[in-house]
Amino acid sequence: MDGNRRKRPSNIVKFRKMSRLSVEHLLGIKYLTEQDISLIFNTADNFKKIINQPIKKVPSLRDITVANLFFENSTRTKLSFELAEKRLSADVVNFSSSASSVKKGETLIDTVNNIIAMKVDMVVIRHPSPGASIFLSRNIDAKIINAGDGTHEHPTQALLDAYSIREKYGEVKGKKVVIIGDILHSRVALSNIYCLQKLGADVCVCGPSTLIPKYISTLGVKHISNLKDALNWCDIANVLRIQLERQDVKYFPSLREYAMVFGINKAILNSLDKEITIMHPGPINRGVELTSDVADSKQAIILDQVENGVAIRMATLYLLAGKIKKNAK
Amino acid sequence: MKLKKIIINKTKFNIIIERLSHQIIENHADFQDSVLIGIQPRGAHLCKRIHNKLTSITSNSNIKVGNLDITFYRDDFRRRQEPLEPQAIDIDFAIEGKNVVLIDDVLYTGRSVRAALDALLAFGRPKSVELLVFIDRRFSRHLPIQPNYVGKKVDTITSEKVIVEWMETDGKDQVILLNSEK
Repeated sequence: MDGNRRKRPSNIVKFRKMSRLSVEHLLGIKYLTEQDISLIFNTADNFKKIINQPIKKVPSLRDITVANLFFENSTRTKLSFELAEKRLSADVVNFSSSASSVKKGETLIDTVNNIIAMKVDMVVIRHPSPGASIFLSRNIDAKIINAGDGTHEHPTQALLDAYSIREKYGEVKGKKVVIIGDILHSRVALSNIYCLQKLGADVCVCGPSTLIPKYISTLGVKHISNLKDALNWCDIANVLRIQLERQDVKYFPSLREYAMVFGINKAILNSLDKEITIMHPGPINRGVELTSDVADSKQAIILDQVENGVAIRMATLYLLAGKIKKNAK
Repeated sequence: MKLKKIIINKTKFNIIIERLSHQIIENHADFQDSVLIGIQPRGAHLCKRIHNKLTSITSNSNIKVGNLDITFYRDDFRRRQEPLEPQAIDIDFAIEGKNVVLIDDVLYTGRSVRAALDALLAFGRPKSVELLVFIDRRFSRHLPIQPNYVGKKVDTITSEKVIVEWMETDGKDQVILLNSEK
């Protein structure tokens, strides 16, 4: 054929885009880049389609074993992770500290090393001590996913919250989000702040001053002390539970008083001149931070958050599993 | 990779699409229970072309068409350096009891088609599945998979690569052969 045609640009071979996370473990949103987050979101889009198919299972993680280590109580997160793992065809082992040798005095690293010795590739861990997952990632040869470490971070929750906002509004950038409640003891709050800010949203917190961390302004987050002002300012309100189990001293007079000052009810939502979206990571204490008519209204996307949680967790498991070497075992 | 030669030029490209379309019509007549499924990402282009052609030949605008992503069904996950980025799945109909024409651009080892057959089952049990490919790189199969409709058969070696280019994405309709040797 003619010779001129052979001169073509070198980038002629346009194959499918490759992608990978910049991190080896999912320890916190702090360590992710904006590209990582959007990669997780785009992957989750596909998994969301898959979990709505007649057959909700894909064989991607066929040869991977995942251990779910829950040293702290959980319903949603544990079920959500387990479902995500099973829908990716991974083998799953579950562990909860109440029924284990931890009660007999075994250390965290011994417990986990024993589990790893049984040829586990990935570990999903929830632990009451902040930094537990980071500690494990330095000492253990497995991919670690943090499912909540004390009052520190809960990355998958923040990802699914931001993903739910993206799903409802198209994008997270420029949205105004207020996080209401017990910010001091909340890992959801910290992860959400990191995540939303990385995606270009504006974040404020609202709650009793005693439950706002002292250095919140160093994160670039404003504190609005009046609930109505906060709701008027925001597009989305992410409402948190009062974590009585983590409160060693009394931070406010009574739950009843908290509910009166910071509880969200239909009347206060109706008094706003716009319709805001209500989110809640669960579990809800009905009548405290949200009244039932708000929690069950169509403004609340609480159950969408739960559905998206499975897709987000499938995406993070899939992307991290992609980093496990085939013959490392 | 270096361009070795152009296997199919624009004119021939369109003739082949025309021929493949007529072959499908020969077997599927009124498309009552037939669906076209393109394998993402490159098979989707071919699927769209064939669908357009079928619509204009038969003036039947109800031929069902969808795209299937096989990323999560592949057998080379973690065997590659980098994971592949998934593409959209858009199949908004059940394929239960349907005659499926699976469409991809290049048939090489047959592994993509195996993954596609697996992925397809998530949407129901099809009555039959046929395979249409634009290029069949014969003698290079790893699995016992053969196409029902072939645009062109080519003989290649492993170091070569066959690329089907599309007007939509590459600015030109043609099939080229690349060679990795300098």
